[in-house]
Amino acid sequence: MCGAPKQGGSLAGVDLSTQTVIQGSVWHDGAPVAGAYVRLLDATDEFTAEVVTSPEGEFRFFAAPGRWTLRTLAPVGRAERPIDAEVGLNETTLAID
Amino acid sequence: MSRSDVLVTADWAQEHLGDPGIVFVEVDEDTSAYDGGHLEGAVKLDWKTDLQDPLRRDFVGREAFEALLSSRGIGNDDTVVLYGGNNNWFAAYAYWYFKLYGHRDVKLIDGGRKKWELDGRPLSKETVARPATTYRASEPDLSIRAFRDEVVASIGSKNIIDVRSPDEFSGKILAPAHLPQEQAQKGGHVPTAMNIPWSKAANEDGTFKSDEDLAKLYAEQGYDEAKPTIAYCRIGERSSHTWFVLRELLGKSDVKNYDGSWVEYGSLVGVPIEK
Repeated sequence: MCGAPKQGGSLAGVDLSTQTVIQGSVWHDGAPVAGAYVRLLDATDEFTAEVVTSPEGEFRFFAAPGRWTLRTLAPVGRAERPIDAEVGLNETTLAID
Repeated sequence: MSRSDVLVTADWAQEHLGDPGIVFVEVDEDTSAYDGGHLEGAVKLDWKTDLQDPLRRDFVGREAFEALLSSRGIGNDDTVVLYGGNNNWFAAYAYWYFKLYGHRDVKLIDGGRKKWELDGRPLSKETVARPATTYRASEPDLSIRAFRDEVVASIGSKNIIDVRSPDEFSGKILAPAHLPQEQAQKGGHVPTAMNIPWSKAANEDGTFKSDEDLAKLYAEQGYDEAKPTIAYCRIGERSSHTWFVLRELLGKSDVKNYDGSWVEYGSLVGVPIEK
């Protein structure tokens, strides 16, 4: 139940009129990064959740409207970006330099 | 009990893979992680299908635990070294579970699967088969497990630690944010609970903070050394992480994990909730 579900794939069955979905992918050197750790931090920078990216570099969170920060940690490096989420689908990309 | 008795480094683990008398055990909910590559020689335990009763919401009983460990080739005298994903949440849960059933020598790999992967250490896809044993478990040690009535009775008198994220504590979200938020239970927390998220006890690579930093963390948040303690989260795995920190790393006495946690408490009729 608390184990991170498989990342990426269809949003079928997710009610985007009530859920605040934050999703995207992690990239490095022009390619998606599989197996990167992505964590969602709340407005006070506190840990809220963490997932591991899919083979296509994808991640997905179910949050709430508001300000969040995404931070990724991978063997190739790290990246971070803020996101202002609203109810529905919020998409972004994390690029590791 | 000290840190070195209950926690081993990834280096130590790598040096001792394959040693007789040591069994490495990966614990996850989603065992596809194990199947995609695990520590060489490690066996797997599935948090849900192996460690939960298939019908009721509870542990497997003593006899089922004996059968499980026997089938995995774990003996009573083996040193069990646990690790897993999700910053060792489920490995910490298994640690607590093994202790509940009286296993003598259990350890966690500091940082679990995450640090192992970030370090680029080797993983194996080979099937692991260990000869079956005849494992004998003790009666469950209920001095480390709290039930709902005790939690309600402890409001205002014991240290109650809610280890979920601040947004779950406040009721803004109902589950960790990697899960859909439609849940049956009410949002909020047990009245008088302190919110000390499990994540404050861990570094970003999943390793535990130093004993000094950990002692400071709980002292600053108002932990009362004179009182017994109950930790809870949503389903009891993150609170196992904090139980491990308080009882096994910091050596505090009378610390219980309430594995019913918010999924149970937030569904109870008539209990007080604070938001």
